[in-house]
Amino acid sequence: MVPAKSLTPDQVARYARHLILPEVGGAGQRKLLGSSVLILGAGGLGSPASMYLAAAGVGKIGIVDFDVVDASNLQRQLLHGHDDIGRPKVGSAADTLRSLNPDVEVVAINEHLNSETAMRIFAPYDIIVDGTDNFPTRYLANDAAHFLGKPLVHGSIFRFEGRLALFDSAKGTGCYRCLFPEPPPPGSVQSCAEAGVFGVLPGIIGSMMAFETIKYLLDIGRPMIGRYLLFEGEDMSFRELKLRQNKACPLCGENPTVHSLIDYEAWCGTPAMEPSEARAS
Amino acid sequence: MPQFRIPGPLRRLSDGQTTVDVEATDLANAIDALDARYPGFKDRLLDENGELRQFVNVYLNDEDVRLGAGLAVKVHEKDEISIVPAVAGGRRA
Repeated sequence: MVPAKSLTPDQVARYARHLILPEVGGAGQRKLLGSSVLILGAGGLGSPASMYLAAAGVGKIGIVDFDVVDASNLQRQLLHGHDDIGRPKVGSAADTLRSLNPDVEVVAINEHLNSETAMRIFAPYDIIVDGTDNFPTRYLANDAAHFLGKPLVHGSIFRFEGRLALFDSAKGTGCYRCLFPEPPPPGSVQSCAEAGVFGVLPGIIGSMMAFETIKYLLDIGRPMIGRYLLFEGEDMSFRELKLRQNKACPLCGENPTVHSLIDYEAWCGTPAMEPSEARAS
Repeated sequence: MPQFRIPGPLRRLSDGQTTVDVEATDLANAIDALDARYPGFKDRLLDENGELRQFVNVYLNDEDVRLGAGLAVKVHEKDEISIVPAVAGGRRA
């Protein structure tokens, strides 16, 4: 990332609450304006994550999705409004993010994310935020971020529960495969479309994904590296588990066997991010 | 006695209970005790060889047992055993 040279008077006004925080300040704000973040999925998690990152003044936000807005999205996917039903999600997402902050360069990527496209799509960005919340894309994002040496913010939601972590696996932090070496067999795990999702839940987890992204970019505090946060909304409680590198991990362990991207849809037994199925994120 | 924390996706097996106390000295017999009270957990946690499934984690307090002694790990009074399955809400499984 290359910090922006100086702040304009409009930017000094816009980012005033950041500028008075010593942890951000002028240098941090210029760094944010010179940073780039790729958001995977313009759904429940991607909505608050991208909106807060745009409002915070991240200079370039890419958002990738291949779905169109459906009425069932609107209970939680705040990037999209009623009039957007039927539009490509990245179209309404880009409109929302640009209206929030004209400083931000928004790159709308209306593409299927798979083993053929991921490395090219990921390459221009400093950090990857995975808001897709499906197994094939999660393992794909995990592996592609590892091979490119990019940090990856992980979030997941189910009914009233959420999860959060930050992987920087090329630096030995452990990765999603260290946590879950293999995906569950197809049909054994319910999706939000089948089990439901409390609409505010992705707002909480997605906002924390943005929070961790900015902390990482500005080197603020203690990142969610080596830590796995579990949120239980019914109790309004958080718990933290240790997330360690698994020496037997096939990707980032001592004797890796995964050396390039694989066919994740075949491996997980199901297609990733099909337009009709990616709606529940 | 050691206490299991049951995650949302598996609470239909535990009659909605979020925690279940068991009498046990190691993780293997803690899982046996849980399954005896609420049948179905053993099949969810262990594969046909009796090993922990690759897509379900069990934490003893805040440590992943897979990276330690596994099912042989000793459990003690006041230990918390968390079942943490892989979840992904964003698509039809």
